[in-house]
Amino acid sequence: MTGHSTVDPPAGAWPSQLKRSDGKGLYEPPVYRPKNALLRWVEARLPIGGLIYSSVVAYPTPRNLNYWWTFGAILTFMLMAQIATGVVLVMHYAATADGAFDSVERIMRDVNYGWLLRYLHANGASMFFLAVYVHMFRGMYYGSYKEPREVLWILGVIIYLLMMATGFMGYVLPWGQMSFWAATVITNLFSAIPIVGDPIVTWLWGGYAVGEPTLQRFFSLHYLLPFVILGVVVLHIWALHVVGQNNPAGVDPQTEKDTVAFTPYATLKDIFLIAVFCIAYGWFVFYIPNYLLAADNFIPANPGVTPTHIVPEWYYLPFYAILRSIPDKLMGVIALFASIIVLAFIPWLDTSRVRSARYRPLFKQFFWLWVIACVGLGWLGSKQPEGIYVILSRVFTVYYFAFFLIVMPLLGIFEKTKPLPNSISESVLGAKA
Amino acid sequence: MTTASSAEPTRRDFLYIATAVVGAVGGAAALVPLIAQMNPDASTVAAGAPIEVDLAPIADNQAIKVFWRSKPIYIWHRTKEEIQHAQNVDVATLPDPQSDAARVKDGHDQWLVVIGICTHLGCIPLAHEGDYGGFFCPCHGSQYDTSGRIRRGPAPANLAIPPYAFVSDSKIRIG
Repeated sequence: MTGHSTVDPPAGAWPSQLKRSDGKGLYEPPVYRPKNALLRWVEARLPIGGLIYSSVVAYPTPRNLNYWWTFGAILTFMLMAQIATGVVLVMHYAATADGAFDSVERIMRDVNYGWLLRYLHANGASMFFLAVYVHMFRGMYYGSYKEPREVLWILGVIIYLLMMATGFMGYVLPWGQMSFWAATVITNLFSAIPIVGDPIVTWLWGGYAVGEPTLQRFFSLHYLLPFVILGVVVLHIWALHVVGQNNPAGVDPQTEKDTVAFTPYATLKDIFLIAVFCIAYGWFVFYIPNYLLAADNFIPANPGVTPTHIVPEWYYLPFYAILRSIPDKLMGVIALFASIIVLAFIPWLDTSRVRSARYRPLFKQFFWLWVIACVGLGWLGSKQPEGIYVILSRVFTVYYFAFFLIVMPLLGIFEKTKPLPNSISESVLGAKA
Repeated sequence: MTTASSAEPTRRDFLYIATAVVGAVGGAAALVPLIAQMNPDASTVAAGAPIEVDLAPIADNQAIKVFWRSKPIYIWHRTKEEIQHAQNVDVATLPDPQSDAARVKDGHDQWLVVIGICTHLGCIPLAHEGDYGGFFCPCHGSQYDTSGRIRRGPAPANLAIPPYAFVSDSKIRIG
């Protein structure tokens, strides 16, 4: 029962794969048994207490999880924070071409704590993306996308795409110069599609250019999509709980001694890192709230003048660089979408039987080069597309795709991996375990 | 979960409880802006500053309506008859006992300034209507007299008096 390629997760849902450490059969985690009669009455009719207990209290969690595993909880926290601040911001926002910019300024100046709510929401989006990139990089480094977690990974890619759409539409709402022109550039991407491209763009705009109809529909969808994300996150966590967490060793837990109860260990680890993360979040919100905001967005949208330096928000910059590094319009758009869609295929592109990069010395090096390429593309996305920046963008773009399409399939065949530990306990406690 | 069970509270217990308390205070503090943002914002509060109304154009027996803080305010230049009617009522028989003198300013009893919101469910009563020569609310039939006091109908209280003062004999400041 060691992660060989089979179709189904072994022996049903987690934690039924765990054996008892004394050898007497399968391990059964504690079950929710309320002492209070009222709670028993509710539980018999709607077993939410039992669900919560078995999912986040008694849930067996690999005992060797490191802090990179807390980012799922951080992301859940940030989603709640964005929804809460977003809902209260909508109480003061006007989604009209004439009123949007002024309503945001009114929020900043007149609404009680409006400045705080706006900065929380705008910087919260950046922190949300920072956390999602850490979360994705963790998955790639430790092989969390491999069998049996392929669907979990793909759900994650879907969440990421929804986040990108939500973030883009949210940025349009203040109706500044950057909002308007980012909307124009991104919607124009679809004009690259042959034959149906232009009708699609007109349909997206609701007019002959980006205008009030565009703003209003983006507002509606920006309110809707976070709740769609919430739904897919529920599926994501469900898929996780069917197969159980991966862990830094990439070796399946064998007995209950390889695990600890989720509460209090993982719960407190999550809460602790959420607090640390909030310090970084608070640093932006209270000391440098406009650092990540483009100055041009303080100019009301002018459909007649394009800013000299259109840049998307930092979390889109790598894809922006990939788009601009391809000289052909349609191929550039295809490369842009392919750079995200390729992620969905890595459970099958990576042929290695070994999950964690800890035991894959070559993969580790190629992976970090790939991270450097991503950061490099991000930096290049903020530069004007000329001279050395174009050359570097093309080099990094080639490596970006080569990592998925060449390195991952080949390394699985040719890489000499390090020997895996016999169990998680052994990797944590040494051979005495 | 490994717990050292002991009768005495341990250092660990103290740390857990202290952290939970600080966390709870932080959580409550985080809720404050989310709830406070629904209060009137600075521009609404600024629009609610006092207003001055010139009484000179208001003819005898005329009632005008002005708005202050989004509330309709009746300013009624009462005739001698209307003042008499208001003052001659036995206060004890009123549903909401209040003398006319308590509802007007000294030396200016020809000016009735009331908030034109029916104390029943908030409709605007009509001036110079009803059996008492005062106000009549068309929504559910409440009747007010020439001092704006409730006489008949479902409304429980007299029409409210806004804060106001005479800046001069022909000008008042409301608010």
